[in-house]
Amino acid sequence: MLRTVGVSSVKELLSQIPQELLYPALSLPAALSEQELTAHVKGLAAKNKPLVNFIGAGCYEHFIPAAVPALASRGEFLTAYTPYQAEASQGTLQTIYEFQSCICALLGMDVATASHYDGATALAEGVCAALRITGRKQVLIPAALHPHYKQVLHTYLHNMADVQIKEVPFKGNYALDMDALKQNLSSESSCFVLAQPNFFGGLEEAEEISALVHAAGALLVTLVNPLSLGILKSPAEYDTDIAVAEGQVLGNPMSFGGPGLGIMAAKKAYVRQLPGRMVGIAKDKQGRRSFVLTLQAREQHIRREKAASNICSNEALCALQAVIYLTLLGPQGLKEVAELNVSRAHELAVRLDALDGYEVKEMPFFNEFVLECKLPAWKVIEKMAEKGIAAGYALDKDFDGFEHRLLICATEMRTEADIANYVRAMEAI
Amino acid sequence: MEEILQKSQLSIEKSRPGCRGVRFEKAPQPASVYLDKKFLRTKSPQLPEISEFETVRHFTRLSQLNYSLDAQFYPLGSCTMKYNPKAYDTLSTLPGFTAAHPFAPESAVQGTLEVMYRLQELLKSITGLAAFTVQPAAGAHGELTGILTARAYHAARGDHQRTEVIVPDTAHGTNPATANMAGCTVINIKSAADGCVDKKALQAALSEKTMAVMLTVPNTVGLFEKDIREIADMVHAAGALLYMDGANFNALIGLAKPADFGVDIMHLNVHKTFAAPHGGGGPGAGPVGASAEVAPFLPAPQVSVKEGRYTLQGKFDKSIGKMKAFYGNIAVLVRGYCYLRQFDAKTLPAIAENAILNANYVRQRLKGKFNAFFDCNCMHECVLSINPAEMNGIHTADVAKRLLDYGFYAPTIYFPLIVPEALMIEPTETENKAMLDAFITALEKIYDEIQTNPQVVHEAPHGLPVDKIDEVSAARQPNLHW
Amino acid sequence: MYNQENCRFAATHEWAAKEGELAVVGISNHAQEEISDIVFVDLPKVGTQVKVGQNCCVIESVKSASEIYAPVSGEIVAVNEALNDDPALVNREPHAGGWLFKIKMANPAEMDALLDFAGYQATIQK
Repeated sequence: MLRTVGVSSVKELLSQIPQELLYPALSLPAALSEQELTAHVKGLAAKNKPLVNFIGAGCYEHFIPAAVPALASRGEFLTAYTPYQAEASQGTLQTIYEFQSCICALLGMDVATASHYDGATALAEGVCAALRITGRKQVLIPAALHPHYKQVLHTYLHNMADVQIKEVPFKGNYALDMDALKQNLSSESSCFVLAQPNFFGGLEEAEEISALVHAAGALLVTLVNPLSLGILKSPAEYDTDIAVAEGQVLGNPMSFGGPGLGIMAAKKAYVRQLPGRMVGIAKDKQGRRSFVLTLQAREQHIRREKAASNICSNEALCALQAVIYLTLLGPQGLKEVAELNVSRAHELAVRLDALDGYEVKEMPFFNEFVLECKLPAWKVIEKMAEKGIAAGYALDKDFDGFEHRLLICATEMRTEADIANYVRAMEAI
Repeated sequence: MEEILQKSQLSIEKSRPGCRGVRFEKAPQPASVYLDKKFLRTKSPQLPEISEFETVRHFTRLSQLNYSLDAQFYPLGSCTMKYNPKAYDTLSTLPGFTAAHPFAPESAVQGTLEVMYRLQELLKSITGLAAFTVQPAAGAHGELTGILTARAYHAARGDHQRTEVIVPDTAHGTNPATANMAGCTVINIKSAADGCVDKKALQAALSEKTMAVMLTVPNTVGLFEKDIREIADMVHAAGALLYMDGANFNALIGLAKPADFGVDIMHLNVHKTFAAPHGGGGPGAGPVGASAEVAPFLPAPQVSVKEGRYTLQGKFDKSIGKMKAFYGNIAVLVRGYCYLRQFDAKTLPAIAENAILNANYVRQRLKGKFNAFFDCNCMHECVLSINPAEMNGIHTADVAKRLLDYGFYAPTIYFPLIVPEALMIEPTETENKAMLDAFITALEKIYDEIQTNPQVVHEAPHGLPVDKIDEVSAARQPNLHW
Repeated sequence: MYNQENCRFAATHEWAAKEGELAVVGISNHAQEEISDIVFVDLPKVGTQVKVGQNCCVIESVKSASEIYAPVSGEIVAVNEALNDDPALVNREPHAGGWLFKIKMANPAEMDALLDFAGYQATIQK
């Protein structure tokens, strides 16, 4: 091969690189064979201690049926490239179309994209779309929004001229302060972000909020938990303009929070304002139905600096896992798993509230709630960890005065025995 | 394959009411006991109702309609489609890793934190940069991270007037799109006749308003910027930062360290250079590295080690904040870590050496039939250019589609923009000579077809599950869901 | 309707035809051929003020997005709604049914700065 190229060594092909920079000293450990690597990495995985998990806060442990990873790990899906050459990618393209369809069906919206990095970036991009659509400069968010989502929103909007983010406070039971919302809405408001459920797990008065937001000429951007929509009202039913979500809950493991699955869906009128890939139906030369990436003229490879977003790779494989999950469960399976979540979490809440020195405030919730404890939350977490339980998320680092408050989640993965153990362990602290 | 088997139905078209694939135990109480009905949906969502077996058949059959790297050669320029080792899939999905919650007590997730830390250190080692964040979820996300970091760096020094980002016309579309998202003005500069940065144009564009210059090294025409040190000096003299788009790092890994030639910030693509699978369009991971001066502004948190314990705690008060909800695409990062652990200081350079040799071999063998736009040695990818006037009216798109008929995925087409009818080929180092020869033979056959029977090339593809797709109607009347 | 011999042209391929106080604007036949199959026209909002040379509209094909520049200054008073359902009309009738928008001219003299048909032909012949 060297002869064909006309050189005597590869080094001759590197003549453009400044010679004094070539072959620098590399400080790297010894190379591992597959067997050594396997032992090493298994050893690392073993350093993660399994605790019975009661933490939610944006990342949830749900049951993943075996067919999901079995199908998604097929080499034809796993090692496929982005489906630009549509004729050679009909498999991937149809799965994305089915994903978009399932998301539209579940959220009730008219159009959905092929995916974004995660819920937080989907929210940031959705808010950016609302800013573009309305031409207004203010963004209203609830104080009861995931603290990391708030941070991401600030990072994304930080450099936009004149754009302001304003927080609307919550009341004592963690519900949105409606009067504060009314006061803050104005002709400068581009949108209000409704977190349903909110960060504390609580369900808000969505219809009332929607009416107020729309009366001010602003858009309603709703952040939902897709799994909860097995039983909860879809965001379309309260006139949501742009719906976003973290889709990890649908057939994707927690994996320390990544990869996630950003979901974005909207009303038909906004389709060209949405960033990200979309798959549409097309006909081939023979009139056969086929699938193709469409509306590409919105994207960075065509619009470059005029594109709404720079997004290129998204989370296609995670979306595939989600659509397989939704296909396996169907509407009935999704209803069942959602009901189990409600049941388990409420059972736990009732029993904890009954303990002396512990209180759960009255607010409707899906599978997460706030427990006010007699001890500081960090102490509770430490003591429960000693018993092999990850008790919840301590709220004090994000909310002043919340030193004694713990955000607890119970999904369908927590058995009745797990719940009984939790209560017993809490009692013994 | 017969017509019957080829027709693929949507899952919803196979649905039968009441059918489903997975059952859960019945909840002790229905939701209506706990929640007011105003929160509850009254109509079921229109999701598919098929059995588990039908679901498995459905998606298995769909997978068979795909080309994929496991089965076909993907000479996609700038994508680095190298073999995705199966061991890494197994290891990244070990229950110890998948069951970790990002908010679990740190003592319970030392394994994941250690992988993140060790990967940060390995990336520092091979790039020469002072610090790395593994938070960004993709290359473009890494670019945005890098530019926001650059902006914060200048702002901290009171340099608020630096709002321009210089981008060569060979840049990937994500570069100017990123600069725009970061609230910057994009200054496009034309490349020189040899495809490299035009230093005069760069000097003219540099000013006290320049925040950063974004360069892909080697560039998207497959050439190393031979004047990179001079260019870096020019950028720094103007008080700006040099950002390197690491999409083409496969040509440099082990051969040169970007920090050595003046790069201040860069991103890497784990799903390119570090062999993580493409997944049909993600998830990827785009770690971002920075020089010591710029590092404090990188997103928080990063993993550090204190008294033998790995932790995300630390002081990050200068940081730009968070780029996504949690700490990175961990499952992808584990794969990248595994890849790097299989090389050492002696064997790492062979990756780039072989990638470069393979690309030059293909370029040389195709000479006379399909010529490279720049007639010189290339790095890990070569850019060919087709002249329809000399090819019986055949365009690059036609050649790409005809290659599919021969069982190869098409190279990157119509990029970079400065090359007319571009066909960008990146074989990568994991393809052997036999595969390269087969690919070359296919192109030679297509060349012959162009001379004797151009119609068959123009109307390609012919042998795939579907023929040429009418994208125009699809875009005029979009049908995006069932 | 907007006979290309009677239109004035910008070097960026837009034509303008005088209709009383208004300038009717479209793209030339050469431009629609170059863009080829048009899939979407992102029309400006009625009421928008535009300056001569300002980008005010985008025409999309499957693989490209072309910017359209106002050939004269003024206020957008009408847009061709028919293009929402039938963007291909611009390809079929670039000088008739495929007009894009109408501007109430702020400075009618700007029309004279535009090229006549022969002048425009010369620029694209090059």
